[in-house]
Amino acid sequence: ISLRCASTGRSKIEKVLIANRGEIACRVMRTAKKMGVQSVAVYSEADRNSMHVSLADEAYLIGPAASQQSYLAMDKIIKVAKASGAQAVHPGYGFLSENTEFAELCKKENKIFIGPPSSAIRDMGIKSTSKSIMSAAGVPIIEGYHGEDQSDQHLQEQAAKIGYPVMIKAVRGGGGKGMRIARSEAEFVDQLESARREARKSFNDDVMLIEKFVDNPRHVEVQVFGDQHGNAVYLFERDCSVQRRHQKIIEEAPGPGISPEVRRKLGEAAVRAAKAVNYVGAGTVEFIMDSEHNFYFMEMNTRLQVEHPVTEMITGTDLVEWQLRVAAGERIPMTQDEIALNGHAFEARIYAEDPNNNFMPGAGPLLHLSTPPADSVTRIETGVRQGDEVSVHYDPMIAKLVVWGKDRQAALTKLKFCLRQYNIVGLSTNIDFLLSLSGHPAFEAGDVHTNFIPQHYKELFPPKKGTSDEMLCQAALGLLLNEQLLTQEFNLQWEDRFSPFASSSGRRMNVLYTRNLSLMDGENKVDMKITYNHDGSYVIQIHDRVLKVSGELVNEGDVTYVKCSVDGIVCKSKLIIIDHNIHLFSMDGSVQLGIPVPKFLSEVSTSGSQGGAVAPMTGTIEKVLVKAGDKVVAGDPLMVMIAMKMEHTIRAPKTGTIRKVYFKEGVQASRHAPLVEYEEEEADSD
Amino acid sequence: MLHTMRPRWGSLRGSIGVLRRLYHGDQVAAVGSRPDSSSPAYQVANYNPQHALTGGGEKARTLHTSRGKLLPRERIDRLIDPGSPFLEFSQFAGYQLYGNEEVPAGGLVTGIGRISGIECLIVANDATVKGGTYYPITVKKHLRAQEIATQNHLPCVYLVDSGGANLPRQADVFPDRDHFGRIFFNQARMSSQGISQIAVVMGSCTAGGAYVPAMADESIIVQKQGTIFLGGPPLVKAATGEQVSAEDLGGADLHCRKSGVTDHYATDDSHALHLARKAVRNLNYKKKLDVTVEKPEDPLFPADELYGIVGDNLKKNFDVREVIARIVDGSRFDEFKALYGDTLVTGTGTHFIQLCCQRNIPLLFLQNITGFMVGRDYEAGGIAKDGAKMVTAVACASVPKITVIIGGSYGAGNYGMCGRAYSPRFLYMWPNARISVMGGEQAATVLATIAKDQKAREGKSFSEEEEAALKAPIIKRFEEEGNPYYSSAR
Repeated sequence: ISLRCASTGRSKIEKVLIANRGEIACRVMRTAKKMGVQSVAVYSEADRNSMHVSLADEAYLIGPAASQQSYLAMDKIIKVAKASGAQAVHPGYGFLSENTEFAELCKKENKIFIGPPSSAIRDMGIKSTSKSIMSAAGVPIIEGYHGEDQSDQHLQEQAAKIGYPVMIKAVRGGGGKGMRIARSEAEFVDQLESARREARKSFNDDVMLIEKFVDNPRHVEVQVFGDQHGNAVYLFERDCSVQRRHQKIIEEAPGPGISPEVRRKLGEAAVRAAKAVNYVGAGTVEFIMDSEHNFYFMEMNTRLQVEHPVTEMITGTDLVEWQLRVAAGERIPMTQDEIALNGHAFEARIYAEDPNNNFMPGAGPLLHLSTPPADSVTRIETGVRQGDEVSVHYDPMIAKLVVWGKDRQAALTKLKFCLRQYNIVGLSTNIDFLLSLSGHPAFEAGDVHTNFIPQHYKELFPPKKGTSDEMLCQAALGLLLNEQLLTQEFNLQWEDRFSPFASSSGRRMNVLYTRNLSLMDGENKVDMKITYNHDGSYVIQIHDRVLKVSGELVNEGDVTYVKCSVDGIVCKSKLIIIDHNIHLFSMDGSVQLGIPVPKFLSEVSTSGSQGGAVAPMTGTIEKVLVKAGDKVVAGDPLMVMIAMKMEHTIRAPKTGTIRKVYFKEGVQASRHAPLVEYEEEEADSD
Repeated sequence: MLHTMRPRWGSLRGSIGVLRRLYHGDQVAAVGSRPDSSSPAYQVANYNPQHALTGGGEKARTLHTSRGKLLPRERIDRLIDPGSPFLEFSQFAGYQLYGNEEVPAGGLVTGIGRISGIECLIVANDATVKGGTYYPITVKKHLRAQEIATQNHLPCVYLVDSGGANLPRQADVFPDRDHFGRIFFNQARMSSQGISQIAVVMGSCTAGGAYVPAMADESIIVQKQGTIFLGGPPLVKAATGEQVSAEDLGGADLHCRKSGVTDHYATDDSHALHLARKAVRNLNYKKKLDVTVEKPEDPLFPADELYGIVGDNLKKNFDVREVIARIVDGSRFDEFKALYGDTLVTGTGTHFIQLCCQRNIPLLFLQNITGFMVGRDYEAGGIAKDGAKMVTAVACASVPKITVIIGGSYGAGNYGMCGRAYSPRFLYMWPNARISVMGGEQAATVLATIAKDQKAREGKSFSEEEEAALKAPIIKRFEEEGNPYYSSAR
């Protein structure tokens, strides 16, 4: 299904400023372009070369990388709106999208804020208020403490009253930030403190609410839309249950296993909620759903959600277009009766993160990036291209992969197929994890809830198997063919380019050349013996197996494939060799193999490891807990670091005395930078 | 008895070129024909492939590698550009040369390989063979490699791991002109001619051996493995009573920090080879071509068919054009004077050699020659002078010459067809080939005739049995000494 382009009336909006970055900025610009609306981008210094800047008709630099001084700097953005002559401001999601002051500032400056009235943002942004409004409007809610007494003791008493486990949430919070679960009285204070610290950082407000924590609930949300004429409709529900770190990772619409009856009830409750606050524009009403399909209002997000494309896919709508038209004063383009549910859609969020390391967010360059081809049922929503960097300053989401199928099974099959073609080198991503997640039988059965990942942890994180001999052969062949290519390139600069010594034939007098090659399969070193045959094929010996290997490199667009025959079986894999790593991507999955780095080249990095604790990623040192001369025991916290908007505690790798602390609070540390140095120990020197 | 003399001769032309220079369709007909390759003579299985080249015995190799050292051919594999060819020389040097003492490949691996894009001559001691000591054949092989480097202007990289001269054989290694000292003489001369000399000390460089790194332009040494000293610890103790470890006496730390004998400090073999690659890269060397080059092409016929065409019976005739068809690009061959002097493909040798010299075209000699023709008519026709003219042309030819002995190489035919004495840049011999001053049969017959004449003068009879008994050992000896393994060993 293609996004339906409904006929547009005369719009007051001819130029829109997008006060955001990344994929959502690009997403809004595409629709703007389609509607003939000019787009104005704002960007920070870190985003100078970003995709959203190049996609916009105009772009304005608004400050340094830190969001506080750029994407959150309201005055700067309004200044650009005025300078560029944009009539409207689209806030995207995150940043200023749910900021009352900003909505009001826009109004004051006579710019259309594409979103609900500031009153609705305020009411829905404060969770205690939103709950009482909803309760009054007849929307089911969950009990909790939303009071003003924020003393530790009082909150703890309230928690005890509600009964553990409880959820501690920042009143102004969202997106999983400033949110902690306390499973028992014992950990309540620690979790409270941690939630407050994160909330202060993210929202500059550490007022907390406590509520009952529903175990294994589903997270179901309804897309609603309101206009200035008092209309509100729902566009069915999305299931966003599968989460890690309280953040969504895979979303689908409609919710699996939800009956039309429940669907209607959900939708009507959501519309009631929207109407209760005179809602205008795109909004999402989030519900907690228990195993009996009872649902409770959780919160309302007064913005276009990250996962809105799945709704677009099943309803054939363009919600950004709706936003622009409704903001211009038009009526909602469709009535409730006209909105039909068609098929099933999935969205997988591709993040720079390491699922094997507690989904630790990452950053770094996208050295290689290739995606499945986009078409009418496959959308790739992204704000980055190959060669771009996932910045430490912002959200580590790389892309959203959105697919549609005529039913859930078809959509899921398509999702897995496309995920295999989504290949990234340069940083850790969750793609392989998304593949095992979407292939899990419980997920296939639609048996989802927010506790899905911990519950199925073992199957989702199977022990790593060794790479197959066939894949090892492919990697080795890829390496040899790549070596040949480099030689050929070199020869072009050389006068005697046809010298027999310029070939990669490995020719030896009277014998066949056998070459030893080792590859690192994780921690295991695999030794291979490669014999060069005169016909250009190779015989590869791995352990006791002898395989006959031949093939070639094939270029398709920017992507190189290795077409490889191993004992007569031909297969084709995407091949990326960067630095000391070989990456192969095929329908059988992805393989990464290391080329052992000789000691003399790796000495610098190895010598660093004996020194002390290192920064796990680039970030800012929030707290320094030790000083020179302190004696620490392995596991003691040394520093607290903020990176990717998350807190990380760096612990002592070994017992000893700290000789030097390299960082002060507030200073940025790059990835793998040593943080402290230990005194040398007399006893065991290596 | 004498089979027809068939000296053959061809030229290998331009196996290289940016584009094949084809003007207005002046195509060249290919030479060669398709043989019955299913016949028994053409079965490749008839021929034993060579076994892997291993160097010293298993025990020596295990000891060597257990010290973290690489074997010499592994060193070369890592020194040259990955996956690039290595043209090894003199693999049979020392083969059955010293009775019970096996000296595989003469205890030295030499050849041409490409390092950082530059073709270099590589000399690597094999410490698994008699501790890498220099036998007379080792010296000869080393000098031969240096000669190739000089002729072809190739930078030299020495991977040194040698105990120096083989003491029991010092008399045949030390005193003469082409003995051990000549190695350093050559290093100095080459260096002065701008042919870079790089030494990588991966083991001992004792006494004379110390001059290899010391005379080099640039040298690298491996820590706790490479040593350089004029006199080793035992000699020092004997001379002065001083007790010192090899490492303290001439290790990497001493030579890189104190003496300055070596320039670069390596942590292990791989590191040393990596540094050697960098050293070659920094030579700022540019190969200049003074000939046209064309893109090479495979012959139309597979080289494997040579086994069947040539066979192992020297008395069997074959058309050398069939050999050429399996060597030259696209099997294209411009034959010169095809109708004149049909025992030599190309016509009169002298004329052709002079033409090639004038045009700067390298010469490839495919030797299959029993000698210059003998007999009254030929002598009267002045064959001695005619032959002398050709020998002169070969001797004076200034273009690169390469000789492949593909059959017989006898007598003055060897000279006219650029035998070893005529300094071809490279000389190869096929396993079926034979080399000697004349054929064993002929030599035996000559000696038998002399004996018979002598007996006749003494009035004694010379029975057929006696003649056979006299001839047999001579034939046997010629057969043995004319064998390519015998001649390649020396």
